[in-house]
Amino acid sequence: MSGKESALAIELIEVKKSFCGQKVLDGINLSIKEGQTTVITGASGQGKSVILKHMLGLIHPDDGIVRVLGQDINRIGKLGRRQLRMNFGVLFQNVALFDSMTVYDNVALPLREKNTFTAAQIRANVEEKLAMMDLHDINHKYPAQISGGMKKRVGLARALVTNPRIVFFDEPTTGLDIHRSNEIYRLFHRTQKELGYTAVIVSHDVPRIFKLCDDVALLAERKIQGHMSPNEFQRSDNPHIQAFVQTAMGPIYSSQKEELAFNA
Amino acid sequence: MHSIIRLIEQIGDHTLNYLRETGRMGGFLFNSVICIVSPPYRFFPIIKQIEFVGARSASVVLVTGLFTGMVLGLQGYNTLTRFNSEALLGSAVALSLIRELGPVLTALMVIGRAGSAICAEIGIMRNSEQIDALKCMAIDPYRYLVAPKVIAAIISVPLLTALFDVVGIFGGYLVGVLLLGVNEGAYFQGMYDSVTWQDVHMGLVKSLVFGLLIVWIAAAKGYYLHLERTQAFGAEGVSRVTTDAVVLSAVAVLVWDYLISAVLL
Repeated sequence: MSGKESALAIELIEVKKSFCGQKVLDGINLSIKEGQTTVITGASGQGKSVILKHMLGLIHPDDGIVRVLGQDINRIGKLGRRQLRMNFGVLFQNVALFDSMTVYDNVALPLREKNTFTAAQIRANVEEKLAMMDLHDINHKYPAQISGGMKKRVGLARALVTNPRIVFFDEPTTGLDIHRSNEIYRLFHRTQKELGYTAVIVSHDVPRIFKLCDDVALLAERKIQGHMSPNEFQRSDNPHIQAFVQTAMGPIYSSQKEELAFNA
Repeated sequence: MHSIIRLIEQIGDHTLNYLRETGRMGGFLFNSVICIVSPPYRFFPIIKQIEFVGARSASVVLVTGLFTGMVLGLQGYNTLTRFNSEALLGSAVALSLIRELGPVLTALMVIGRAGSAICAEIGIMRNSEQIDALKCMAIDPYRYLVAPKVIAAIISVPLLTALFDVVGIFGGYLVGVLLLGVNEGAYFQGMYDSVTWQDVHMGLVKSLVFGLLIVWIAAAKGYYLHLERTQAFGAEGVSRVTTDAVVLSAVAVLVWDYLISAVLL
């Protein structure tokens, strides 16, 4: 976490998006400062990943502007987008490792494709990032031969191997138990401190994720309902935020009657 | 009245969808060609794909070619003996293979073996966000995934076709000469007299076009899996687009076979 004043890494202005006539985003405004960690949270199916894909330039908005590192990602052409994405690292929800490649080749791929590194530089960089993730002796294994937690760490190593300025995390702990989730958070916290990247995390792992971030943005009813520090977020009187915080932090059942009905 | 309006709407909807898909396919081919002709050129992925599309299809092409030639020898002999023209068996077998059967049957074998695999591979990559991952790593999926496959098919399919032709001619020889007693000299001399450069050229043009068609259709179908109107995702979606790709490629090969024959004859 860093509390310093800094330039904007990402800016979404009045972003609107519909799929098959159904509005998913309706005027999203969001500013993310460089070097900070911002969590975009909300209930499932609200469009959090859609926002992330807009930031990555994988989806184009129907209306509005998506500015990343000062450039409108939808107006810089294919080549410009590719240049811009050299500053990105992404940890996908299902990791998206290449099944036919070894762990080493998966992590080395972004460096190899840049064509500017020697084999020795690539090896040194890959091994450094794998060691940073506490991954040893798995270089020659294939993704199918390692556990889910290891896959996430390999995915994180791949996301960080180019020392990106912005790292995007799409539900980084989905499918992991609490110990593995904590491990991922610990690695994230350590690498963010060491490398100083801007982090955008899509997660509904509330309140645990609050400990790691500078800002929280809640997506509900197709809009960003609030964007503030975790402390302010938990004290906010915005009804959407209150409802979300209560659901996320409160008991599983809102009444004893509901609990009995569920158990029956 | 209501049903007529609905019918018109459906026709319009299908037409728009057809135009959209045609545009997408055209754009896909354009992007692939740009990646093929522009640097950086990388040979290792192309060699790997030649091994996959070409070398691994060789055995099936050998078997198909041999039996096609044997059938041609048998059928040709039975037909030609009615006109006392068994001596023409060599030219009949060679011309059938070089002009038509070689390119077409080789293409159909490559569709079944490599085209379906290419479509399924790219479709699974689309489903599991691997294509998005490539884009986010600033890697052009056309250059990385599609271009080596297209080049490999353009190199491999003509070579496989040549293999098919040679083995087919040998199959015709086995049945016609060794089994049914056609004169060996007549078999090869007839072939030598009748096959011209124009025939070989036609077979070559066809196999080049078929190679491009196979990978273009298979790769594009997998790549645009998420835009399919059938809305089938996951394993079912991959299986559906793979079937579509195989059928569409086979039909395209037959249509283009006719068109090329009509232009070059």
